[in-house]
Amino acid sequence: MIPARSFALFAVLALLALPAVAPPFLVTLMSHVGVSSLVVLGLVLLTGIGGMMSFGQAAFVGIAAYTTGWLTTALGWSPWLGLVFALALTAASALAIGAITLRLGGHFLPLSTIAWGLSIYYLFGNLEPLGRHSGMLNIPPITLGPVSFMSQTAMYYLIWTFTLLATLFCLNLLDSREGRALRLLRGGAHLMGSIGMDTFRTRLRVFVIAGILAGLAGWLYAHMTRFISPAPFEVKISIEYLLMAMTGGASQVAGATVGASLIVLIKNWLQDLLPHLTDNPAQLEQVAFALMLILILRFARSGLMPLVLKLVKRMPRPVDVQAGLLPKRRLPATGETVLEVDAVERRFGGLVAVNKVSFNVKAGEIVGLIGPNGAGKSTMFNLITGTLSVSSGTVRFLGKDTRRLSQRQIAALGCARTFQHVKLRPAMSLLDNVVGGTYLRTQAGYIKSGLKLDREEEERARLEALMRLEQVGLAERAHDLAGDLPLGQQRVLEIARALALDPVLLILDEPAAGLRKKEKDALAALLRKLRDDGLTILIVEHDMDFVMNLVDRIVVMVFGQKLREGDPTTIRRDPAVQEAYLGGLA
Amino acid sequence: MSLDIILILLIDGLSTGAIYLLAGLGFVLVFSVTRVIFIPSGDIAAFAALTLAAFQSRTVPGSIWLVAAMAALACLAECMTHLRNGTARRLPHAIFFYAVLPLIPCIVGLMIAKQDVPEALRIVTTMALILPMGVLIDRLTLRPLATSSTLILFIVAIAVHFLIAGIGLIVFGPEGVRTNPILDGVTTLPGGVVVPAQQILMMIVALLLSFVFYLFFGRSITGKALRATASNRVGARLMGIRPERAAATAYLIASGLAAIVGILIAPVTTMYYDSGFMIGLKASVGAIIGGMASYPITAIGSVFIGILESWASFLASDYKEIIIFSVVIPVLIWRSFAVHRDGDEEIEELA
Repeated sequence: MIPARSFALFAVLALLALPAVAPPFLVTLMSHVGVSSLVVLGLVLLTGIGGMMSFGQAAFVGIAAYTTGWLTTALGWSPWLGLVFALALTAASALAIGAITLRLGGHFLPLSTIAWGLSIYYLFGNLEPLGRHSGMLNIPPITLGPVSFMSQTAMYYLIWTFTLLATLFCLNLLDSREGRALRLLRGGAHLMGSIGMDTFRTRLRVFVIAGILAGLAGWLYAHMTRFISPAPFEVKISIEYLLMAMTGGASQVAGATVGASLIVLIKNWLQDLLPHLTDNPAQLEQVAFALMLILILRFARSGLMPLVLKLVKRMPRPVDVQAGLLPKRRLPATGETVLEVDAVERRFGGLVAVNKVSFNVKAGEIVGLIGPNGAGKSTMFNLITGTLSVSSGTVRFLGKDTRRLSQRQIAALGCARTFQHVKLRPAMSLLDNVVGGTYLRTQAGYIKSGLKLDREEEERARLEALMRLEQVGLAERAHDLAGDLPLGQQRVLEIARALALDPVLLILDEPAAGLRKKEKDALAALLRKLRDDGLTILIVEHDMDFVMNLVDRIVVMVFGQKLREGDPTTIRRDPAVQEAYLGGLA
Repeated sequence: MSLDIILILLIDGLSTGAIYLLAGLGFVLVFSVTRVIFIPSGDIAAFAALTLAAFQSRTVPGSIWLVAAMAALACLAECMTHLRNGTARRLPHAIFFYAVLPLIPCIVGLMIAKQDVPEALRIVTTMALILPMGVLIDRLTLRPLATSSTLILFIVAIAVHFLIAGIGLIVFGPEGVRTNPILDGVTTLPGGVVVPAQQILMMIVALLLSFVFYLFFGRSITGKALRATASNRVGARLMGIRPERAAATAYLIASGLAAIVGILIAPVTTMYYDSGFMIGLKASVGAIIGGMASYPITAIGSVFIGILESWASFLASDYKEIIIFSVVIPVLIWRSFAVHRDGDEEIEELA
């Protein structure tokens, strides 16, 4: 086992030393690996981590390559100006494509990126100023003051400087506020919305970042080969990038370089070998790569990185207990109205799921919303948290009308929730899951995070998360994976994440479902303690015993209507409640 | 621009649209049942054209070896699955469906390849040879991943396209082919515009098959089972519909439609081993217009794409592809505003 830092240092030293010891063709090959790594890095963020798919990455590379190619040959501009325009154009294209496709589900993005990739390819091949299918010659080398990156070795160093910096940027980004949003994308829009993250904007941003990385690769490629034609920007090449990502391990940043190295080397080997075997080496290469991609998806979906990671020792970063605190919200005084539900109605077509229900929740109390199956409790829950919109009536939170607000905006006002079916990221640590809850209380953006200028705030957020874990009694296991916890503790972990929002109101969706007696008791004790600390709690629950012994007030719903409201003892004795809820047996 | 040209372009567009319509129906069918965007159906169409052309030039089509090899592999995979699951009694069934049935047209094909046989027999043999391809491709590549996300299935479908297009070059060679028209001669419309009979045939076939499609889904039990699987897999399974069988039926129908597409288009367009990709993608644009769900809107969308293509080739032939693929943009914008906002979408782990 080698510590991760030494491993990375070793890799960088090996890259530095390579031109001194390796034959020139290998240096050129490794330059190609560096360029491909940049594109694949974008795919790792996009596909491996964000769960999106693009077959247009080669087209982004092409846009950048042609932009700088045309500006530096036809207009004679400096390659550095070419870089600025190349990146601006790729970013703008990514923004435009993303804006129209990323709201749509699964297959629309990949399909439209294929259409886009093909269009761009045909455009390059048909535009006279871009040399049509024969391409553009004599693209000048990059110069920096007196240094010219004319030689392959100089270009090799330039490429790898960019590639390593980009890798570092991505690693920093993933370990930050926005990076956590990115890693949560696969948890679904409801999980993200509940802690104030915006699914669409997160997707769009990562799509643009992937486009920019591909653009950087295109710029380097154009000035490395000094000649461009449409062929390397075909959709087929996008598939190769995808293969690189999958081979390396699409969910690991370092997998980009591992995959790119392997596939570029295999490709080079195939190009030496195949012409001896067949008249159609290019097509046979295509067959080999397609087969490889299918087999990897079937049998080894995590790629090579898990094998590499076995050699590396990674220590969890300790939480800095000296870090400052995040700003806290002022809680309303006990007895003030926190939530006001007034004659709320929700219809699904002809079905009235919630029919003119009114109740309110006051600061510092625990209110239980109970009712038999199909009473409309879950619908009510979704109306309050903003995952469904009300048909008529009003919901006011801290005096603000929330009917037109999104889930995210309601969360920002101080309304935190948990889920009936636990929504955690099982492969992230407890701490990371809870730090996600501080999203709305922190500010660091992509650039700040990528450049590691967010550390002070990040440490505060981590300390806050550790304190919330301590509050719910899970601090001991802060660095374990959330997926390793039993269900009862996963629910508690969700509460810790909700607390990290610094909420006024905590809404729990069937928190006792699936818990054992002891776990229920512990949960009830925790909730009482939270109330005593000034938190207001609304519980939507099925479990009568759990609710009766815990809450201050109960609202009973039956068939979408409010049946009764009162303290637990009155409700327990109420014949109408017994009739509706317990079938008259109790 | 004279009225004659407008009319010629319109008819040309309608006949191209008929092709995309047939392919588009297959797309929507396979997608709704299996969640796979079956891009390789374009390749299947191209292979049908190349197979018929080989028969017409008295040579053995490479597709015979391709289908035989796929059948052998698929049969092996199916038998191993049965042995592993302890359902050995179903082995004869597996051998019959995955090896014997696909091999019959292979043998017939070998027998008639060098003979002077009626054109109709060649067409029927080509159809029978191409028909199992979709099912075999599914069995070998997609079915083992049937529970994966749409995203994974889509990548695999694209990879399968590149795989079989590459193999297509090896078994068919790089030459483009044109087949003899099924219907010779021309029809003169009132007004003096001359239309090749083959184009009329394309439109009639598309119309007829759309009607059959409508009857099949509206009236037959199999059609209803497919619709049930499309709308709710678990529910359909509880009703005794096997998703694997529904998927196989969908692939069979899609391959049949693709074979018809290939046979219809080969007399009017030169077909190469890789011509299928473009047919598949353009048909998928039609299917996107239909939201990958609605048959009637897909049909309208496909015909629209056909007409657009014939106008684009006339007015700006260099930019024809760009114009056609740009159509997806307004469609996507429209769909992204029409999208249902209350649902939550969970994306599975890639790794």
